Order: sequence, then structure tokens, then C-alpha cells
Amino acid sequence: MIMSDDNRLIQFKDFGIGFGSRRLLSDVNTSMCGSTLTALIGRNGTGKSTLLRAIAGLNTNYQGVIEVCGRDLHKASPALVARSLSFVSTGRQRIAAMRCRDIVAMGRAPYTNWIGRLSAADNEAVDTALADVGMAEYGMRDIDTLSDGEYQRIMIARALAQDTPVLLLDEPTSFLDIPNRYALCKLLADLAHRRNKCVLFSTHELDIAVKLADALALINPPHLENGPVQAITESGVIERLFACPV
Amino acid sequence: MAMRRSAPLLFVVLTVVVLALFVLDLATGSVDLSVGDVWAAITGGDCPEATRRIVIDIRMCKAVAAVLVGGALTVSGLQMQTLFRNPLAGPYVLGISSGASLGVAVFMLGAPMLGVSALGNELGTAGMAWIGSALVLVMIGALAHRIRDIMVILILGMMFSSAIAAVVQILQYLSNEESLKSYVVWTMGSLGEVTWSQMTVMGTAVAVGLVLAVVTVKSLNMLLLGEEYARTMGLDVRRSRTLLFLSTTLLAGTVTAFCGPIGFIGLAMPHVARLIFNNSDHRILVPGAFLAGVAVMLVCDIVAKQFAFPINAVTALLGIPVVVWIVLKNR
Repeated sequence: MIMSDDNRLIQFKDFGIGFGSRRLLSDVNTSMCGSTLTALIGRNGTGKSTLLRAIAGLNTNYQGVIEVCGRDLHKASPALVARSLSFVSTGRQRIAAMRCRDIVAMGRAPYTNWIGRLSAADNEAVDTALADVGMAEYGMRDIDTLSDGEYQRIMIARALAQDTPVLLLDEPTSFLDIPNRYALCKLLADLAHRRNKCVLFSTHELDIAVKLADALALINPPHLENGPVQAITESGVIERLFACPV
Repeated sequence: MAMRRSAPLLFVVLTVVVLALFVLDLATGSVDLSVGDVWAAITGGDCPEATRRIVIDIRMCKAVAAVLVGGALTVSGLQMQTLFRNPLAGPYVLGISSGASLGVAVFMLGAPMLGVSALGNELGTAGMAWIGSALVLVMIGALAHRIRDIMVILILGMMFSSAIAAVVQILQYLSNEESLKSYVVWTMGSLGEVTWSQMTVMGTAVAVGLVLAVVTVKSLNMLLLGEEYARTMGLDVRRSRTLLFLSTTLLAGTVTAFCGPIGFIGLAMPHVARLIFNNSDHRILVPGAFLAGVAVMLVCDIVAKQFAFPINAVTALLGIPVVVWIVLKNR
């Protein structure tokens, strides 16, 4: 794992991003730390996915600087970025004839040789990742036979196997029922604390975010209000943004 | 629980099947030869000189062409299916066969219009076909470098093919009967037009394409999860795409140049390989698809020789049921 002496694992410097002609965020200067579960919340279309994709290096069309583990994303090689952060996207890919274990093992790609041969250490990392998400029994199952909740856990295990200080998840709870949503967010909190990771996930579940996350990053266009849960809830911004016109 | 068959065992079985079909292919033809005579001709044993001629110069050449065509098209189809994450992609989705057909159409149909006779010049045909498919790939590759969305590239490839087909149609309409017939015969595909000297060119190009296919197996595995995941796992997606396009041009472009567009093998056989090995790992699938493609192409050649059918009709009749099965399975 790449460590940085500073605990600020994701750092924005004069960051701004838009979508087409729309400005979504501007003048963002904030950071997210290790051992912290941060929930990224905001109304529809305010740029939660866009922001996550920018941090993951999938969207480079932004202003300012994003530093991950103290390195400017723009200047780091894809291989180095892959050792600093892992990403779990929303939605489900259909892959025929693939065992869960093989999917999780893909997370070792930044560390394996040209043909992707798994070393003993790689196999151990895969086992640990499967155990961490409570899916140790599922290694030999076909990925297509899993429920959505199980699939989501396997994809998180894949990200864990990548062994990165930063873990990004785009709406990981969206296809899950309520007990599974809580279970998944508890798992993320646990991973953040136990493995000292900086976990950032976007969600529409305000109640879950407030209950289980350590910090909230709230998109209040064009600002990003980022701080401990209590500070954000007491500021009253959430009520203002999410007020229902009844 | 998904049962996984032993891959090494399957490789041994497939190799034995391929070797058996190869010998059977050598024993099949318009002249009746016993398997014993054929065996003697291959191994340098005692047999009539005429038999040796037929087996080595004609049938062996054709059988080696079948091996190269079947293997190259199937590996290329596998690459395109994974890259586009589309089970109905094949070696020709990017317009390689249309590019080749344009090259050949210009050569066979266009040249006579200018008073130059191109008939009977096989190396010229192959050269023009190769130039045509390489041109299409260079254009698609240049676009692909600037376009992120792989589906846009897929649509561009299809539109490109249709535009080229329209140009070929105009050439066909304007050309004389004799050149039109030789063009139509080319589109039916043929394994028998390749000479041993051309085979060295074809074999070398296919070998380089296969080396590139082996080099890119890790990229292909990462691309199973889609380009976004592949990128966050450290894959240089554009570089991988370029290597895959290059590999596919060398594989599918070359065999199409020499043997004409051979349909359905490259589309159907990767699925058969997935079914046989029950695996999506390209470290298994690339060699597995190669062997499966070779085996079926040899079967097609044997059938085509038995009934004196054009090879493309046979590959279509054998391949289409597989494609129908894929579509029904993916409902």
C-alpha cells in the first residue's frame, strides 16, 4: 500500500468541474482523510458521479488539482494511480463463465506480471479481500449466479484486493433492499476504520449517511461542504437543499 | 456451483482432434487416396509421385490455409467480443472485410474499366485486399484514439462498412460480366488459391498477430469488466486498443486478403471455446479459441470438398445455428 506521511489522502486545490456548459463545482479546497468513511450526498444532477469519476481519473476535464496520496493525478502514471485508488462503479456487468475469485483477483492487476500470474501473496490478498466482505464461501461461484447485494460485495472485494489507501464507490447501495443497504454501509465504515482507508461513497440515503458515515461531503452547488457529520447536519444546509415541497 | 473442466486435458483433446482432422482433410478430395498413402506422403514414406504431389502441393497447402484462417478469425473474433463487450461482435465488426472487398473491387472491377486486366493476378488481389482492410483499420484506429466511448466506435465501424458496400455496389453495377463473376467468386471465399510462397507471407503476418494476441491477454481480462474498471486498475486503455486493433488487422485482414471474407467462424467459435472451457480467462481462451477455430475450419473444408461447395456457404450453415443459440441464450 502506498502511504503518505500526511493523512489527507484526497486533496482538492482550487478544484472546479462542469458538465457541458453547466458549472457543477468551483473553488473547492478541501480534503478527505484516512480511516474515514465519507458519504457524498447531493441532489440529482449536482455532480456526485462526475466528482467521483474525476477523482478516479476517469474524467480529466476539470480545473485545479486533485491530489491522491499526495500526488497530482494528472501527472501520475495509470499504474501508479491504480495503486493509490480503487473504484467501484454503479450497475452490473454481465460476464459469462467467471468465478467470483477470478473477478476479485483482477484487482491484483497493478501488481501482477504481463500475463497476470498470481503470486502466493496475490492469492492471499484475494482470500483476505473475500473474507473482509464476508464472501469467503463464494470464491468458486459463478459471478452470474449472485444476487445484486452479493455482486456488489464481490466488486468491493475486487477493490480491496487492489490494496489502495483510497476507495471510491458510486452509489453502492442503489440496487439493494434496506437491510442490505445498512449492512453494506456498515461494512464500508468497518473497512475504513480497520484498514485505515479513505472511503468515499455517493448515496441518496441521507439517513444511512448520517447514521453510519464519519463525514459528509455535501454538494451545495457550486460548493462542496465537507466536514464531520455533526457539523454538516447542524449547519442546516441539508434541510434547505432537501426540503420537500409538500 | 460451476464445474470447471481440466483445461490441460481439454487442450490435449483439442490438439488430438485438430491433428486427426488435419490428416482427414488431407485424405479428402476429388481424387480418392487411401489414408495409408496420405500418411506415407506426409512422412516421406513409399508412395507414387503423383500422390505426393496432390497431398503436399495441393491438399497440404489448402489444409494449412484452413488452419491459419480458422485460428486467426476466431482469435480476432474473441478480441473484438471482449473489447466491445458484445457477444455478436466478430472479426469483421470494424469493417475489415468491407475494406478488403473495396480493395478487391477496385482491383478486379475498377481496373478493367481503365483498360487494365487484373484477372488471374492473385497476389495483386491479396495485396489490394490487405491495403483496403488496413486503410479502414487505420481510419477507425485514428477515430478511436479521439473517441472514448467504444460503442461509438462500433457504430462508426458499421456505418463505414455500409458506405463501402455502397461504393462496391456502384463498381459492380458498372463492371463487365467477366470481372463481376470473378469478384463474386472472391466474396464466396476460397482456401485453394494460396500457393506455398504466398503462405509464408500469410503465415508470418498471422504469427505476428497471434504474438500480439498473447501479449494482450492481461488487457483483455481487465477489459472484461469494462474500460472504466480496466482504467482504474492501471490499464492504458488507448494503448491496449491500438495493440488489439493491430492484432486483429494482422489476423483477420491477412486471411481475408488471401482467402476472401469467411463468415461466421470468427463470430461463433469464441462462444464455442467459452462453452468448452467454461471460462472467460483469456489465458485459456486465446489458445482454446485458436484450436476450436482450427478444428471447425478443417471440418468446413472437408465438407466443402466433399460436396464441392464454396467454403463461405459451409461456414455460414455451420456457424449460424451457433449464433442463433447465443442470441436465444442471451435473451
